[in-house]
Amino acid sequence: MKKLVIYKNRCKACGFCIDQCPKDALSFGEEFNDSGYAAVVSDENLCIKCGTCYRVCPDSVFELIEE
Amino acid sequence: MAKNLVTPKLISEFNRFCPGCGHGLIAKMIAQVLEERGVEDDAIQVYAVGCSCFISTVIKADSIQAQHGRAPAVASGVRRARPDAVVYTYQGDGDAAAIGLSESLYAAYRNENTTAIFVNNGVFGMTGGQMAPTTLEGQKTATSIYGRNTELTGQPFKLAELIAQMPVAYVERCSLANAKLIAQTKRAIGKAFDNQLAGKGYSFVEILSPCPTNWHMDPVKAYKKLEEVVAEEYKLGVLKDSKEDSK
Repeated sequence: MKKLVIYKNRCKACGFCIDQCPKDALSFGEEFNDSGYAAVVSDENLCIKCGTCYRVCPDSVFELIEE
Repeated sequence: MAKNLVTPKLISEFNRFCPGCGHGLIAKMIAQVLEERGVEDDAIQVYAVGCSCFISTVIKADSIQAQHGRAPAVASGVRRARPDAVVYTYQGDGDAAAIGLSESLYAAYRNENTTAIFVNNGVFGMTGGQMAPTTLEGQKTATSIYGRNTELTGQPFKLAELIAQMPVAYVERCSLANAKLIAQTKRAIGKAFDNQLAGKGYSFVEILSPCPTNWHMDPVKAYKKLEEVVAEEYKLGVLKDSKEDSK
């Protein structure tokens, strides 16, 4: 089973991952991170662990690891 | 099972780029390419000025900073001093196409066995978004407030086409506009480094990248502009591949 890890403090809320996600599983979160950005959050029910967010993120927010 | 998708070891946890900047993405892909080939300890990156000089704080490989625009010349020297190293230059458009045009062309002319990564975002990013040679016709910048007038300042400058006229190994223009084109960009960077490892000569990859801050756009709209506007002027694709030419 793969797990999507989100390093919230690296996120700058550019929204490119939200735009590129094929399943619309990503959105801006309610909480701000240490830098003051509304870091992205993932909907576990929609996410298919395809890794698109990992490939397009400019700030290395995402990792997809085997549990 | 597929391997884990983790942040490359060479990449530092935090970078100093603006939200949505393409530099972080390109840095990550370079680090991945170096690590996949197991040459990260032999890599020497040469950079000059502009936002691209932050690369030394993002990719934790050996670095050397050249004077304004002189990265290809310094990389040529590094290549002669360290024939075993993996040498690449990392430059923006104001750096490689304006200030250091002469060095860029002569490194290609000599077919130096190095890899050049050229990030084209159409403006001088770090200094406040002034017009660069690569600025599009009609594009508003800090020094072309009514839009670039091509009658006065010339047409957008296409460095990749110019380099492709030289006896080099490989020239390709890529874009970061969407996930598919980003995957193609990574393949192009990989090929540019493979050419160097095989001793084939100078490989040049131009990457169309957004500058949301100086384009005064939302990052997502800036990536859309890459696809809809910038790629119309700067055509994507392989401009030169010496292996294909020889067939």
